Amino acid sequence: MNGAPGAAGASPGRIRAGHRARIDAALWLAQRVSAFVLAACVLVHLATIFYAVHGGLTAAAIIARIRGSVAWPAFYVVFIVAAAVHAPIGLRAIAAEWAGFRGHRADLATAFVAIALLALGLRAVWGLAG
Amino acid sequence: MNRRDTRQRMRSRGDHPAGWWAFAVHRVSGVALALFLPVHFWALGRALEGEAALQGFLRWTENPWLKFAEWGLVVLLAAHLTGGLRVLALEFLPWRNWQKSLAAVTAGVSLLVALLFLLEVR
Amino acid sequence: MTAGTAQAGDPSRERQSETTPPVSSSIDVDVWRGDAVGQFVRYRVPRQSSQTVLDVVTWIQRNLDPTLAYRYACRVGMCGSCAMTVNGVARWTCRTHVDRVAARDRLELRPLANLPVVRDLVCDMREFFDKWAAARGRLAPTATRKDPVPRVAPGSRERRAADAAIECIGCGVCYASCDIVAWRPDYLGPAALNRAWTLVNDVRDGGNRERLAAIAGDAGCHACHSQANCTERCPKHLAPTASIAGLKRAVSRALLKGEL
Repeated sequence: MNGAPGAAGASPGRIRAGHRARIDAALWLAQRVSAFVLAACVLVHLATIFYAVHGGLTAAAIIARIRGSVAWPAFYVVFIVAAAVHAPIGLRAIAAEWAGFRGHRADLATAFVAIALLALGLRAVWGLAG
Repeated sequence: MNRRDTRQRMRSRGDHPAGWWAFAVHRVSGVALALFLPVHFWALGRALEGEAALQGFLRWTENPWLKFAEWGLVVLLAAHLTGGLRVLALEFLPWRNWQKSLAAVTAGVSLLVALLFLLEVR
Repeated sequence: MTAGTAQAGDPSRERQSETTPPVSSSIDVDVWRGDAVGQFVRYRVPRQSSQTVLDVVTWIQRNLDPTLAYRYACRVGMCGSCAMTVNGVARWTCRTHVDRVAARDRLELRPLANLPVVRDLVCDMREFFDKWAAARGRLAPTATRKDPVPRVAPGSRERRAADAAIECIGCGVCYASCDIVAWRPDYLGPAALNRAWTLVNDVRDGGNRERLAAIAGDAGCHACHSQANCTERCPKHLAPTASIAGLKRAVSRALLKGEL
């Protein structure tokens, strides 16, 4: 380690390294923030599942619950956004550790998975909420 | 000398500490849930084709194997939730020695949820 | 102190006596011989009372094979040089009694995991200490000897956080126990990050901006998944998991303030 204090960013390599660290740190933070949101959502979800299967799972019951409501579709949108942020970042860590898939291309793949999950999820809410 | 050393003496070679198991369950359940999510969204998306399409899909899931798989997913979700709360507690709460026992707590809570749903789903 | 009083005074030994044979018998010890390529060689070593694993290794070297390479200095848990893999678990051999770890009168000794093997039970610690340097594990002073000595209140939050992590002697047990190091060799590892955390909390230090930039990211603190193998295995009962969590929070704060 040469470099006096403040020498960070003096070379292109250091700038890239700093950029990398910022992306990694931001993704970590995004995963933890989404985890807090998901913790609340999953509790509600588990309770809902428990309640729903109790009376027998039917399409009519699901649609009746969600359609005409504002709170339920809003809840599911928040849930889906949080899951779409959370899951791809976790998969990215696994790909890095167990498959050596890292760097810029891994970031792009992460973004792609996030957008795909978000699109699929929102489409489902759209279908259920009518 | 102390309890930790006693426990390690009882461990056989290649055994892992509890935190390793908490991590392993968290990772495996996370991957399984991530793979399940698109399927889940796609299935619910059948509502776009009308209530009948969704109901047809739900009827297909009535068979015992899929019932069992659904129960498994609920258990994985509960396990991932409790394991995630363990990680958040380790990362965001001030360090206390009881946090070393969190792995056991998460296992207990997951088991409880598993039994609860087993009784319910039948 | 005679062997008789030592046994009578220690309840764990009395429990042991049901499962382990009398002290006069011997133990089979499989020792790694070679470097990255090699094999286990079995030695039969007489049992002694209060015998440590380091005693066993030393007995082999003095009585059976003088070419056996291993490291130790203090023999009392201060220097941190005698760590090895004992029956699959990284430990200080000087502070590990054979009684506590010998399953069915067998011992298997390997060098520490996650580090290159030099020979037999000696591993190359260079990577381990290079990572301390990479994590900016060195005080960046803000004052000179002409300035007054800074006063650090013993009860302050920073001081207590630094105190909790400062006793590390660099033995490498945590590093060898960490799965993440095994999976991504560029990961700085628990010891280096634990050291960085003590300096993040050192009010005399002025190098935090650079330090946080050095330890942020997937080769730094964000690689840790809180398996806590390090915390479970640390012979000093430190909690590198907690230190790394502190770094994650510090990095997040810096990121949100635009200082990363």
